[in-house]
Parts: sequence; structure tokens; C-alpha cells
Amino acid sequence: MEDIAAFIKKIEFEMDEIEPGTIKPATHFRELEQWSSMMGLIFIALIDTEYNVTLNGNDLINCKTVDDLYQVVKSKIQ
Amino acid sequence: MALTSIHNVKITAISACVPKKSESNLDYELLSESEKKLLVKTTGIENRRVARAGMCTSDLCFESAEQIIKEYKINREEIDVLIFVSQTLDYFLPATSIILQDRLKLSKNTLAFDIVLGCSGYVYGLSVISSLMSNGNFKKGLLLVGDKSTFSLSKEDKSTYPLFGDAGTATYMEYDPNSTPIDFNLQSDGSGYKAIMIPDGGTRSPWTKQTDKIIELEKGVKRNMRNLWLDGIEVFNFSIREAPTNVLALLDYNKTTIEDYDYVVFHQANKLMNECIRKKIKAPIEKVPYTLKDFGNTSSASIPLTMVVELGGKLEQNKNIILSAFGVGLSWGSVAIKRANINCLPLIELA
Repeated sequence: MEDIAAFIKKIEFEMDEIEPGTIKPATHFRELEQWSSMMGLIFIALIDTEYNVTLNGNDLINCKTVDDLYQVVKSKIQ
Repeated sequence: MALTSIHNVKITAISACVPKKSESNLDYELLSESEKKLLVKTTGIENRRVARAGMCTSDLCFESAEQIIKEYKINREEIDVLIFVSQTLDYFLPATSIILQDRLKLSKNTLAFDIVLGCSGYVYGLSVISSLMSNGNFKKGLLLVGDKSTFSLSKEDKSTYPLFGDAGTATYMEYDPNSTPIDFNLQSDGSGYKAIMIPDGGTRSPWTKQTDKIIELEKGVKRNMRNLWLDGIEVFNFSIREAPTNVLALLDYNKTTIEDYDYVVFHQANKLMNECIRKKIKAPIEKVPYTLKDFGNTSSASIPLTMVVELGGKLEQNKNIILSAFGVGLSWGSVAIKRANINCLPLIELA
């Protein structure tokens, strides 16, 4: 799997109104101003399309930071 | 194995009726401006048709059926089968299809019954009516499919209210020994029944004093136990996992490829989800029509409504089409109709 920087770039691309470089690995994504439950679906769709990985509701609930999310995706690929 | 081919039946015509009243998600007060923008971008849903109080699914289906009967000058005595597919029936009992038999002035020899399915209802309904008519005992049939989904929505639930619209449709089926077989792949998984449900009102969980108690799940999400409950993530994952697999298994079964088809019509759930499914089956975007923008998710009516609105005049010369539906149940399926000659009549609006 690509590195976390590339992963973050894809997430930022999906979040229309976010300044590139805002999101760091330690960012709590639910605390972002742009976050909403709809963003959860957008993340799931992105991760499914880009990495062929299915995130379920619990996966998402258990993740706090962007790095948590990255690690879950990575573990599901391997 | 739910893969099957049904012979000797053709779809002759489809009609659809929507309420005249339209609501815009851009006027929905529970959403902030940025939420509205994100909702429209993600779901593709901007406007929805909403039936007024007293207007039922059966009224929308009745108008659709009348349009077909008049257009084809069908002798009402000759309609052998009437099936009504809906989750919004007129009464708990009797079945709405039987009331419609009388309203449409059909013969007392008409076989009429209801099928209670939602998102997958059109594909399932097609398979049932085709099976009944396949042996030639029934020559003409009407499949009436639709829902007044707005009836069960909480207006104070921003996670469901902006998604659904109302519509009713009619499909005219005829016995035809020269028709090309219609291929189906139908599936079910009741383990996911809680993903989309109206919890109270049936015999498992009857109405009580608690039923109308408003529950606030989060800011902007208030509903009670007679409202629709929707687990967006579960439905999303189910749909993008099962719908493409189902369509690809159908193609494998009837030895065709996606390139052999002129159109692929999905149940209109939401744009993000449907696009994921479309990409997985590698259907080009120009072959996949949408009506989400102006009608939202119209439950069981969404496929025939999309055919009427987007494919009118385009299905009349031996066209090959795939229909794919998925949702509440969980229930899903697809159908391949080859060499179709379907007349999609103009959309009706009911005031």
C-alpha cells in the first residue's frame, strides 16, 4: 500500500472545502469542521474504490485519527 | 440458486405517475448550507416529489395503469393478472391489488395479489408476473409498483428525510411465444433486516404508548418507532458488495458481457453508492441513466420511473437492458432483458 501522505492527499481531495496540508496523520477526523456522517460514506466509497477494502461501521467508529484509518485499511489489504 | 430464465413473456409498455408537489433539499431547514451542498453532491438528490395527505401509492399506480389501458385500448376483461408491489399499502387488509382490480374495472376472473417488497420490488415483481404468464394461461398482466415512502419519514430526521420521494408505476406484460427469455438473479439476506426498517406496528412489535416517543439520536436526527430507520453505512456496504456480484453472476449465467447491453438501470438509491456499483461492473456512464436529481430515491418505483423519464423512445428497437435493484430486506436482484421493445409512456403528474 502507498504511504500515508498519498492516503491523506486522497482524503483531502474528497473534502472539497479543506485547505491541502490541513490533515495530518494525528488529525482527529471527526473533529474537522467539514466532518459529517455523509463524509463517513464518502470515506467508505473512496477506500472501496481505491484499495478494494470494505470498511464497516465498527471500523469507522473505532478509528479516531487519520492514522488509525490508514492502519485499518493497510491491515485489510495484507 | 436464484438464477433463472423465463420464456414466452414480454414487457410491452411502462408508465409512471408522480405527485405534482415537489420539495427541494435546498429549502430543507435542518441542513446548513455546506450540508446541503454535500448532500446534493454525495446523494445526487436535489428535488423530491411528495404525495399530499390522502394520496396513496395505489392512486399513483391507478393513474399509470389507466394510461396504459387507454393507450393500448386494452379490453379490461382481458387482463388476467394484477400484481401490486409496495410497502405502503392502502390498508393492513385487504390487499390493495384487489381494491385496484375493482377500481380499474377489471374482470372478477382477474388474479390479484400484493407483494411487500421495497427497493428490490420491481425486479422481483417482474419475475413473479413473468413466471405466472409463461405457460400461456394468462395472456395479459399488469404489474403495479410504487411507494409513498414519505409517509413514514420523520421531517426532523436529516439523515432520511431528504432522500426519498413518492412514485407509482405500471408495467404492461403480454404472453408472447416469440419473445426472448428474460434472465433473473434474485437473492435475499434476512440477517440484515434491521438495516432499513419501520420498527413498530406489526405483530412482532405492536404500537404502544412508547411508539410515538421522539428519540433524538444526534442533532438533527429525531424519529419515533413508526418512522423509517436507516443504517446508512450498513446499507452502503451491502449494496456495493452484493449488487455488482449479483449482476456479474447474471452475465456469467446468460453468457453475455456488459458490452452487450445498451442500458443498465439501477435502483436509484444514491449517486455515490450507485457510481461505486457502476464502476465495479464496468458499465460506461452514458449507459446508466439517473433520476435521483429530481425524484430522489423512489423505492420500488425507481427503476420503471427512470425508464419512463430517461429512456422514453429509446427502448423500442430490440434493445438489451439490465435492471439491478438492492435494498430493504435485505433483498436484491437483477434482470437481463434482451431484444426489448418497450414503450415508455410520458410521465404523469397527479395534483
